[in-house]
Amino acid sequence: MSQSQPITKNASLRTRPWMATVLIVAGICAILFGLGSSIITGVANISFATVWNSIFHYDSSNEHHVIIQTLRMPRALAGALVGAAFAVAGAIMQGVTKNPIADTGLMGINAGAGFVLVLVFAFAPGLPFESIILFSFMGAGLGVGLVYGLAYFSKNGLTPLRLALAGAIVSSILSGISQAISLLFQINYDLAFWSAGGISTAEWFQVSVMMPWIVGGIIVAMILSRSITILSLGEEIAAGLGQKTRLVKGVAAVVVMVLAGASVSTVGGVGFVGLVVPHIVRFLVGVDYRWIIPCSAVMGGVLVVFADIGAKMIAMPYETPLGAIIAVIGVPFFLYLARKERREW
Amino acid sequence: MDIDLFSEKRKSRSVRLILLFAVLLLVGFVLSLNTGPYSIGPFEVLQTLLGEGSKKQNLVLFELRLPRMVIAVMVGAGLAVSGAILQGISRNGLSDPGILGISSGAGLAVLLFVSLYPATNMAPPFLMPFLALIGATATATIIYMLAYKKGHGISPTRLLLTGIAVGAGLSAISIILTLQLNPRNLEFVVTWQMGSLWGSNWKFVLALLPWMVVLLPYVYRKANVLNLLSMNEQIAASLGVSLQRERLALMAGAVGLAASSVATGGGIGFIGLLGPHIARRLVGPQHQYMLPITALVGSLLVLAGDTLGRSIMPATEVPAGIVISLIGGPYFLYLLIRTKG
Repeated sequence: MSQSQPITKNASLRTRPWMATVLIVAGICAILFGLGSSIITGVANISFATVWNSIFHYDSSNEHHVIIQTLRMPRALAGALVGAAFAVAGAIMQGVTKNPIADTGLMGINAGAGFVLVLVFAFAPGLPFESIILFSFMGAGLGVGLVYGLAYFSKNGLTPLRLALAGAIVSSILSGISQAISLLFQINYDLAFWSAGGISTAEWFQVSVMMPWIVGGIIVAMILSRSITILSLGEEIAAGLGQKTRLVKGVAAVVVMVLAGASVSTVGGVGFVGLVVPHIVRFLVGVDYRWIIPCSAVMGGVLVVFADIGAKMIAMPYETPLGAIIAVIGVPFFLYLARKERREW
Repeated sequence: MDIDLFSEKRKSRSVRLILLFAVLLLVGFVLSLNTGPYSIGPFEVLQTLLGEGSKKQNLVLFELRLPRMVIAVMVGAGLAVSGAILQGISRNGLSDPGILGISSGAGLAVLLFVSLYPATNMAPPFLMPFLALIGATATATIIYMLAYKKGHGISPTRLLLTGIAVGAGLSAISIILTLQLNPRNLEFVVTWQMGSLWGSNWKFVLALLPWMVVLLPYVYRKANVLNLLSMNEQIAASLGVSLQRERLALMAGAVGLAASSVATGGGIGFIGLLGPHIARRLVGPQHQYMLPITALVGSLLVLAGDTLGRSIMPATEVPAGIVISLIGGPYFLYLLIRTKG
């Protein structure tokens, strides 16, 4: 299941296109079912028939129709998009760094985006979302830059342990500064809700701004997927096959930046999606990133859509933070990976 | 480089360094006494200490500043020595109560208390260290059990990775609890999590003091055991050290020190990492010399962090924990790059 032991084992090179196809088809069905379920669940009880009517016979005087169209639909869709984005970002990072525990949350990239967003909240509170999302890219880029820079300058690369440590430290420095700023500008309360991660406030407008970025990012990731597969076999092999490894890594970093930045600007710091999903997908479909990336996108969407239904249901009428729900799934998974601890760890 | 670790030269150098750091700490203490939103000159400080101060000076000095600084010194020593123990027994220079998730466990226990009993001001201060201890002990036990593998024991790598994961899980639970607080308590909890030395009155000094008075000398007496444990398991075992028992006892000491410090100081990170590291650079790995310097460096760092935090922007205090992580974080990253492994 790990891509970090190339060639030596036949099993690790296996790909299962049929399984990937099944996964994608089943995943899309699950997302559609999840979107529907997400739209009918909430404080106000709404039936499927009402949902159907609200789409095809919209009546602006019907309160339920308005709730569906302005609150529930954008929220569900935002969940699917964000989940896909985090999962693909994680898959790319794991492939490029050949590191099984790479993830935007663990590596401090979400914290980077969050840090810049705090700056925006403090110094330019009235900024429109189209600009906020650009700042969020810059922040994610800062996080990517810090962690990659560390890996570049360290003596013999960063082992998974060191990468995890570096991510934890980068996160804690950035969130320390964020907290200091929020303390100074007294935006603690807003920030606590935002950083807990949640899509309850997503609107059509936000969805329409982030959708092109996320869809574009995933498309570029799919174009890049063949090169990432080769890169995940090892840098020398990739170079030997005539690949421009620097170019691939650079484009991959930009894609991660855009995907993580767009997601964080909408839902805040949700970690572990990018860690868990690609692992499960790799276990099921094999090592070819041409399959891993689309499957991760679909499964990431499934995970977040259903986790968000959980966020609505667990303590109705209160929202449970989405980030916490995902962490409850992600932490045991991380522990499992830590326990497996192979020699290279 | 002198090869003989116990040489007279090294000993006298260590003693001189310990004295130097004690003097530095004293200077820091006096400087810190002068600074703050209401600045009091050195001469006035002396006057006030001798009982000749004005009412306001008395209040600021005796009721606000002095207890806070005493707590800073104790918290710094506690966290730094706790880090030194953890590094010794895990033979990994990157261990620290924060990274291992022990601080988050202590923090969660306190947070639970705050959210269940919103009138925290009424709670006896002696309760906090005990709650924190329960949280920290539970966390340490969980991490130890999860990292333990039959036949392999505890590997430092797995211990750290498990600590990071458990820490992330605990902070997710903390976030759920935090969001259910009212804005006033939230402000308190957020500030506390950043390491603000919030419990700064004489009651908290009294609550913290017994822990330090008992645990610090105990650990110092075990300096030789720590020397052996941090070298090599086989050597330690062949020299007749009962490994498991000593390791558990020392770990309990580390947990106690970290928990009581976190209960009063809040989530101050990096001290457990920086203190021992700086001390080791100065006097080498012998715990007899290293431990006192570790404690002094830790105290000095927290005191300086708190004083800076109070004086950078007097209107809104920056918590000591933030100041320290802004200095300590980059240093930690530098360590990550420089060391191999």
